[in-house]
Amino acid sequence: MLTLECPYCGVMADETELTPGYEAHLKRFGPGSTDEEFEAYMFARKNPKGVHFERWRHAYGCGKWFLAARDTATLEVFGTYPAQSSAPPQALQDKIKAKRPDWKGYK
Amino acid sequence: MSTRLSKGGRLIDRSAAVEFTFNGKRLRGFKGDTLAASLLANDQMLVGRSFKYHRARGIVASGAEEPNALMNMGAGARLEPNQRATTTETFDGLSAQSQNHWPSLDFDVGVINNAFSRFLPGGFYYKTFIHPRFAWKHVFEPFIRKSAGLGKAPTEMDADRYEQAYAFCDVLVAGGGIAGLQAALAAASGGARVMVLEQAPHWGGRAPVDGDVIEGIPAEAWVKNTVETLEKMPNVTMRSRCMVAGVYDHSYVLAEDRVADHTPGDGRPKKRLWRIRATRIVAATGALERPLSFAGNDIPGVMLASAVRDYVVNWAVSPGDRTVVVTNNDDAYRTAIALKEAGLAVPCIVDARAQADGALPTKARAMGIRIETGKAIAKVKGGKRVTGVALCMQAGEGAALEEISCDVVAMSGGWSPVVHLWSHCGGKLIWDAAAAMFRPDAARPPISHDGLAMVYPAGAANGALHADAALQDAAKAGAAAAGADPIAAAQAEPRDEAPLEPIWVMPQGAGVKLRAKMWLDYQNDVKVSDVQLAAREGYESVEHTKRYTTLGMATDQGKLSNINGLAVLANALNAEIPNVGTTTFRPPYTPVTLGALAGEARGEIFQPLRRTPMHAWHEAHGAYFEPVGLWRRPYCYTRGGENHAQSVEREILNTRGNVGMLDASTLGKLIVKGPDAGRFLDMLYTNVMSNLGIGKCRYGLMCNENGFLSDDGVVVRLAEDTWLCHTTTGGAERIHAHMEDWLQCEWWDWQVYTANVTEEYAQIAVAGPKSRALLEKLGGMDVSAETLPFMTFAEGTLAGLPVRVYRISFSGELSYEIAVPASHGLALWDKLVAAGADLGVQPYGTEAMHVMRAEKGFIMIGDETDGTVVPQDLNLGWAISKKKADYLGKRGQERSYLSSPDRWKLAGFETLDGSVIPDGAYILAQGVNANGQGNTQGRVTSTYYSPTLKKGIAMGLIKGGMDRLGEVVEFTKIGGAPVKARIVDPVFYDKEGARNNG
Amino acid sequence: MADPVSTIVSAPVSAAVSALGNPSFEGFASIREIGPLGMITLRVKPDVPGLAEALQALGLTLPEMRRIVVGGDRAAGWMGPDEYLLVVPYAEVSAAVARLSDSLKGQHHLVADVSDARAVFRISGAKADQVLRKLCPADLDRLEPGELRRTRAAQVAAAFWHQDDGFTLVCFRSVAGYVMGLLQNAAQPGSELW
Repeated sequence: MLTLECPYCGVMADETELTPGYEAHLKRFGPGSTDEEFEAYMFARKNPKGVHFERWRHAYGCGKWFLAARDTATLEVFGTYPAQSSAPPQALQDKIKAKRPDWKGYK
Repeated sequence: MSTRLSKGGRLIDRSAAVEFTFNGKRLRGFKGDTLAASLLANDQMLVGRSFKYHRARGIVASGAEEPNALMNMGAGARLEPNQRATTTETFDGLSAQSQNHWPSLDFDVGVINNAFSRFLPGGFYYKTFIHPRFAWKHVFEPFIRKSAGLGKAPTEMDADRYEQAYAFCDVLVAGGGIAGLQAALAAASGGARVMVLEQAPHWGGRAPVDGDVIEGIPAEAWVKNTVETLEKMPNVTMRSRCMVAGVYDHSYVLAEDRVADHTPGDGRPKKRLWRIRATRIVAATGALERPLSFAGNDIPGVMLASAVRDYVVNWAVSPGDRTVVVTNNDDAYRTAIALKEAGLAVPCIVDARAQADGALPTKARAMGIRIETGKAIAKVKGGKRVTGVALCMQAGEGAALEEISCDVVAMSGGWSPVVHLWSHCGGKLIWDAAAAMFRPDAARPPISHDGLAMVYPAGAANGALHADAALQDAAKAGAAAAGADPIAAAQAEPRDEAPLEPIWVMPQGAGVKLRAKMWLDYQNDVKVSDVQLAAREGYESVEHTKRYTTLGMATDQGKLSNINGLAVLANALNAEIPNVGTTTFRPPYTPVTLGALAGEARGEIFQPLRRTPMHAWHEAHGAYFEPVGLWRRPYCYTRGGENHAQSVEREILNTRGNVGMLDASTLGKLIVKGPDAGRFLDMLYTNVMSNLGIGKCRYGLMCNENGFLSDDGVVVRLAEDTWLCHTTTGGAERIHAHMEDWLQCEWWDWQVYTANVTEEYAQIAVAGPKSRALLEKLGGMDVSAETLPFMTFAEGTLAGLPVRVYRISFSGELSYEIAVPASHGLALWDKLVAAGADLGVQPYGTEAMHVMRAEKGFIMIGDETDGTVVPQDLNLGWAISKKKADYLGKRGQERSYLSSPDRWKLAGFETLDGSVIPDGAYILAQGVNANGQGNTQGRVTSTYYSPTLKKGIAMGLIKGGMDRLGEVVEFTKIGGAPVKARIVDPVFYDKEGARNNG
Repeated sequence: MADPVSTIVSAPVSAAVSALGNPSFEGFASIREIGPLGMITLRVKPDVPGLAEALQALGLTLPEMRRIVVGGDRAAGWMGPDEYLLVVPYAEVSAAVARLSDSLKGQHHLVADVSDARAVFRISGAKADQVLRKLCPADLDRLEPGELRRTRAAQVAAAFWHQDDGFTLVCFRSVAGYVMGLLQNAAQPGSELW
């Protein structure tokens, strides 16, 4: 039963206030994309053991989607940030790198 | 025999006698007793039968670790199986029945298994029941079901209330012994919000029984003072009778509060499940004493030494007149001393160690107790009760040196920290060879959301078994958990105890006959010989061995049997104990009642039931409801002696002939507004919505990115920058979330706002040739064909109520859908019913709606779609824009296999004999597949009897679709010959659409 | 027709009924369905020029994050970074919607009358908080003065805030019966948490 801080309303939200949205920072491929690009967008998911970026919605709270960086093995949450981010904030990336030197980056 | 002593008993109130029954026998106890104490006070040592061999089982322990004394408590609507007598409080009127025996506790036929025990070795389930195949179902299973199993499942609805509650704290202290109390003091001193939960009804744990002295006063007095201090602190919440069941991710804790378990029927909830989010958890859960493995260690009367002491000191109950103590440590000497002080006989202390010269042995000797060092128990004598023990050398093979008569054997194999809470979320253990125990490895704690340790073990749970060390450890743990400055720990008098000597089998060289009588797991009948056999058969992993032998399964969960079993396995594998490791500790620590887990969710509030503003009217007018999501919608309204099919038929004919009313309030209504709203809707729907004229309606399809059809509905344009999107009943929340997802996460620079106004409006569909006449009778606005043509809407008033009227139709009839603020929904409905009386108006339900739309060939999300159907499969290409560069699902639909001619596509079907194709039927094809199953070429998606056409009609998906118009195919029919049907146009009724105009 | 104001059907006062018809229950706390209240969903960014003035004109104060400013029979609550809940007397809601739409004309916003989409409960008494503690995964001890908390009540969405000698709780109309059942069950005499 996770607890994540919603970056929009500051509530430390119980998992039961949230709905999951799976992997974050996917790039959408629409008409004109190759089969490989579309497949990667629709189906290829990282599912790492370790640092992972994912989408959550504070569905029973302020209604906003946000992104979370979490270790899937220890469940440590490195940080949450607004969904309107094309990349994790640099400070967060630095923090993760410091804690997990082997981390290869979010891409 | 076991009996009540005339003096003492720190937890009982001798002035408050209580009466209870055990197996129907009326017995007496005292307030403050556990049921186990009361039973022993009444000489009831025999409490059940073991799982496999049905051997007699007595009370072994005095707390949560008790493996045998599991009871069916109460009766009828208050029957609760598998309750531990050792943790159940005795109350006036309590009734308990022993379990797992037949026909009676004293005479049990299943004991015959015992005679055949060598045929029921470890893994017998797997070995025995494989062959012959038929035997499992007809012989083994019925036999096992009869003779095995624990308690009886209740058959009546539970009479009690249960509830849940949320709590938040900085530090949750699990355990109210001296360590827990000390940790709480340390944590709370800095102002942290602290909760202290103790599973027993009293505080203090073992220290008062063991006679510790803290801060110069007896432990009991120190506990009383400390509890008072804590209770006065505004930042501390104390709860006894509240068992911490489990620690979950991010310091989430479940605890079971036995609010009125001991006062049934007093109006309070029987149990309450606390759902606690703690920042840190202090696990001050103490330690459990280990049994010793000697032959006959399961005979009633063989008990844990600490339990024997507890019964004497806490409840003034003597488990027996003559107690032989057998031990590998000094602590058990306390039991001998306590018994002697209570005036009971201790004929001998059998100490497996070569020497016993510490303070406690010296004191015991001085009291005149005989001590035999280097000795072991070769065998316990007795059947339903211990009658004596045979002594032997621990270093030998079990040759009896002498026999001593006794009725209780108090054993102690040392102590194991209760590491469950530490381990639930992955805290690791280290093997402490000196103390022969696994304890928490501080370097590898369970991690919380902030990456820091979330559980701090304290006191005996951390391996600090003695009061002085436990208090020091707990003060540190409490302060660390709270992030507070350390405080000075209370000082306890140090204990002078010699180290224990690990003894895993007694005697050391015991042969196979003895080992086959040494129980590791009393409840599941797992013996030393079973674990050794498993090792010989190649079970090297402790997890496999557990499942193969059933060691530590069921309610034990690694409490009593764990370490001894591991040690025996390690020995058999010639491995070190830490290399064998432990099995996984999983919550709950002790079982939590299902009622508490369900909490308030039962009866009327089992789940949310969504009601439209007209719900009560439907109920009062014969509605038969069907669930649609959490809504209940009228399926049909029955009249007179009608069955449902007859009601549906009447409703359809009346709607097609006169006028019908449908409660359509459940349809999703989403407002989409903003400068980019048109552009957004063009991405959301497959067709173009941005060019919809103000005041107009348009049917639209929504797909997911995979290209599959996800929802449909009528979109209306309210204003230049405002659209209202109707969704399916089940789609309102889902589509609203879908919209917000794309707006927030992909097109966040687009200026669009959405609002879900589904529940703001009641919506009523008025359909049928007389619908216009009905609306005109209400009066207030012009609903003529000229002013309000098909696929337009208008706002105004009807019968004085503010409405928006849409000229849309899902039945093919002249039809209006009227939206009205929900608070006026019932009023408008009533007015329509009254005004329509002479027009023959009748309400119709969802089934009539379904049939009428099928007669018109309209698809239904969830019938024609199943998440793998693209709009093109349903011949809905007309609703897909060819001009748009992009929309959600467009790229998905471009994948080659989605345009394959082999795809199953929509067509209509009419049976040759007029019958109705069965729901779910497949269309047969030639040949068989690789599994020898008949090939199929399609399936039915909607199939009904059409009252309008007086025959069966259906829609379905078939390879080739409408290209095969006129062909006859066969549908499967369970229990009958295939049904022949012709492929036809799915628009069965009013193909030219003339009826839309009335 | 083109005026956005008219896109919302506004309800006259007469005959408007709350979801349940205002039942009440006396347990260790008092439970009462109140309303109907005039309620407006306003979607707009807080930095839109004239927003504070537009609210002020309705007797409302623009709330800070997660706050509700209550004044008499009016209130303005922060529901999200671009969403507000406005409470006005039921009789005034259509006028308020019209006025708000008018004063925010030209600014990107959405105003919707949601008075009839909601049910409102008042939970009062010294132990009113305990009713919520049984249903909502929200830390009541840390509820700040004037805080509006959106959360869950058992299985449905809800929002509540402290008011007078208790709390006001808002949920969707269709589940009003369920929520009344929850509140009543949670307030059963004898089931006090402490």
